[in-house]
Amino acid sequence: MEIKKKKGIKEISPIDVYKLLPRTNCGECSEANCMAFATKVVNGEASVDLCRPLFTPEHTAAYGGLQELLAPPVKTVTFGSGESAAVIGGKHVLFRHEFTYQYPTIIAIDIADDLDPDALSERVNQVSRFTYSYIGRTLRLDALAIRCVSGDPARFREAVLQVSEVSPLPLILCSHDPGVIGAALSVCADKKPLIFAVTAKNWREMGKVAVHYSCPVVVSASGDLSLLRSLARTLQDWGIEDIVLDPGTYHGEHIATTIHAFTAIRKTACKDFDPLFGHPLLGTPISVWNGQELSDEMNRWQEAYLSSMLITRYADLLIMHSLEGWVLLPQLIWRFGIYTDPRKPVSVDPGVRPFGNPGPGSPVLITSNYALTYFTVEADIKAAKIDCYLVVADTGGLSVEAAVAGRYFSASKIAESLREYKVAEMVSHNYLIIPGLAARLSGETEEESGWRVLVGPRDSSAIGQMIREHWPPAEE
Amino acid sequence: MPDPVKPDISALIRLLGPGIADLLSGREIELEHVTLEFSELELQIPLSVPLPVQNPGIVSGTHPPSFTGKIPDSLISETFFAEPETYSSRIREVTIGGTRSEGGSRGRSITVGGSSSLPFSQPEHPPAHPPVISLDVFDTKISMPKVLRAHLGDVMDDPAAWAKLNVEKFGADMVTIHLISTDPLIQDKSPREASRTVEEVLQAVDVPIIIGGCGDPKKDAATFIEISAMAEGEGLLLNSVTSDMAEVKTLEPVCKAASESGHCLLGFTGLDLNNAKELNRRIYPHFPPDRLLMDLTTVALGYGLEYSFSIHERARLSALMGDTELQHPTLSACTNAWSAREAWMNLGPGFGSVDLRGPLWESIGGITLLLAGVDLFLMMHPLAVSTMREVSSRLMNPGMPESHGADWVSAKI
Ligand code: SF4
Repeated sequence: MEIKKKKGIKEISPIDVYKLLPRTNCGECSEANCMAFATKVVNGEASVDLCRPLFTPEHTAAYGGLQELLAPPVKTVTFGSGESAAVIGGKHVLFRHEFTYQYPTIIAIDIADDLDPDALSERVNQVSRFTYSYIGRTLRLDALAIRCVSGDPARFREAVLQVSEVSPLPLILCSHDPGVIGAALSVCADKKPLIFAVTAKNWREMGKVAVHYSCPVVVSASGDLSLLRSLARTLQDWGIEDIVLDPGTYHGEHIATTIHAFTAIRKTACKDFDPLFGHPLLGTPISVWNGQELSDEMNRWQEAYLSSMLITRYADLLIMHSLEGWVLLPQLIWRFGIYTDPRKPVSVDPGVRPFGNPGPGSPVLITSNYALTYFTVEADIKAAKIDCYLVVADTGGLSVEAAVAGRYFSASKIAESLREYKVAEMVSHNYLIIPGLAARLSGETEEESGWRVLVGPRDSSAIGQMIREHWPPAEE
Repeated sequence: MPDPVKPDISALIRLLGPGIADLLSGREIELEHVTLEFSELELQIPLSVPLPVQNPGIVSGTHPPSFTGKIPDSLISETFFAEPETYSSRIREVTIGGTRSEGGSRGRSITVGGSSSLPFSQPEHPPAHPPVISLDVFDTKISMPKVLRAHLGDVMDDPAAWAKLNVEKFGADMVTIHLISTDPLIQDKSPREASRTVEEVLQAVDVPIIIGGCGDPKKDAATFIEISAMAEGEGLLLNSVTSDMAEVKTLEPVCKAASESGHCLLGFTGLDLNNAKELNRRIYPHFPPDRLLMDLTTVALGYGLEYSFSIHERARLSALMGDTELQHPTLSACTNAWSAREAWMNLGPGFGSVDLRGPLWESIGGITLLLAGVDLFLMMHPLAVSTMREVSSRLMNPGMPESHGADWVSAKI
């Protein structure tokens, strides 16, 4: 195994980066000086590309050196074009706690080429329409995998053409037949789709197609990691660089094989810097649909938990079949979570936030400054379209439940927040709505703050209903 | 999306677990707004959430377009051997449940821990013991999502009957009895009363038992001490001891009582390894380390599960590399999944019924932490339990597949 002796991202010091920067402290990168910028770069907080002076001819060599120094052991592969192009891979580490995972797992949904045109359009539209609003962000699906079920190159080409007309999403072209893939690429190569797949049987012909159209490829060798490396090696020697690895996704009884293979490949890439396994990984939870004769619900259920396991265990790209919301939602949310920066605890700034056009008679609510709590409450208030003030108490970044249990959200904390933010001056009443999860604090809070407490819902989704039904409060 | 309201889960249930089908057949499908009181059941945690990196800071590898056009003559042969990975240390083994020969009345005891490698990373090194599932019982009627209540029928007023159902119908390895009636802010039942409930559960089932407190450091200590003496030799797991107990000086007496009567302890800390280590250091002088487990905190998917995942990965890695203060088996309350609105709320027809989404939420939380190395799981929904059981047993017993995988590419689906 040729192993390039390379530093892992955690071994690179700011000095290593600083040495290659222009060292003029010009400030164009918005940092005070080159050293500060170098520190941000090794922490993954800034891209070297922000140092514009590096792009002048005199720094070409240094820029190249930086790229090599900072190159992740798992390369990136881009497919698709324009704004919705998908970038996969780019991983530096095995464990999320070592360094933020880069480039969230791309989730592609399959489209069979034998669907009639209306059904095909409808399925593509379903994929584009699928969204979920989560702490103020919109989660969505990323790509389409068109499968040649018909076996007919012309039919496949038609399907690809139709899909790319109705959707800008990046495409994966799925067939083991180089003739079929070539037919499709003759009409969509400019979209730079990902080719699935180069195998032991077709590598020469499929390789030619990939070279001819300059498109990235998946190499596929189910259950045979030696063969997978052989294919990667052969293509690399040929000069094909944009490679995605498919070690096969086994489910059911053989789910362990899948987890072991994905783990072994990623470990070899990140710990040994193996260039043959240093490519993004494709997982295919869609495989559950062709295993046994099971009910659709059973297949969906298996596809759901298998997908989440693959997101956890290093898949950079997934091809799924289920379009059911209950199957996809946990994948989108788990992907969001596992790709967040594990080092930076984020809480929102405490204070008072007005929503809508609040006046002296508007309700006052209070919550914690845990980011997930705040964004959830914010989204719910906006959705309910109510005018109100939201007091964000400094609970040390804890959720309401945790803060109540840990006594960070207490009667005295509530009283203190109301005083500090001068809430009494904003409204002409003295009613405070506290979270249902803090209901047990109501008596004490009335005593400590002098405000009258109304207990709100336990889940903020019911805030709108509560305000509509109970505001203004009936005077005793 | 097809058929969002009436999922055909009968086949699913049949395949996943015997006994569940009849239970589910009586399930109510309409959705309703429910309230949750999980905050009172499982203490939650210090956490705060980072937002994802929008603009990854590291440059990608260079990919010069170097198509040489030179086609290799034949496939260049490469091999792959996974280097066996060995660690200097292993996780302690803890045995829960006392049989007759140990002075208890359990049918069998259960051992957790013993891992000497990262979970499910090498086929030749499965965990020393299979993951263990404990099902919850509450001593007080609590409100919970309909999708959970539906499986319980009328046992919710009878902890002993509930425990029996968990074992006989749902195949629980252990049962956790949560003594929330002892909470001074709720019913403030006495330790003596709580102890009687535990006695009933011990008589109803012969699996090892976990005792859940109310979260009040003084009251829990009194309850645990009372129960420790009553159930001497039963090898209970007391859930949990905390730094709060150390502050109000009840930690030492609980440790001593549990130690003398042969019970196990669960140290609970909120997503902070330094706190976990410190709590363990405070426990060691009064309690044998080989009877101590850790609860590092489980947060629901969507509410910070990634924190729980990473803290368990870090803990396991440090433990295997020699940190003796972290070499304890871990427990996850994956029932916390049900505090996520996505688990129980009607989100509209596009997101399917909570009959499936709810148990899936619990399953994914559990399986994710299984991959991070957790040894013992507190669970509730029968479908989540059978899924967890299936996945963990398949991960424990890997076999090489004969076929080269399913051809999904050209399959008619
Ligand atoms: S832009 Fe480049 S040269 Fe200028 S301060 Fe930043 S790092 Fe230094």
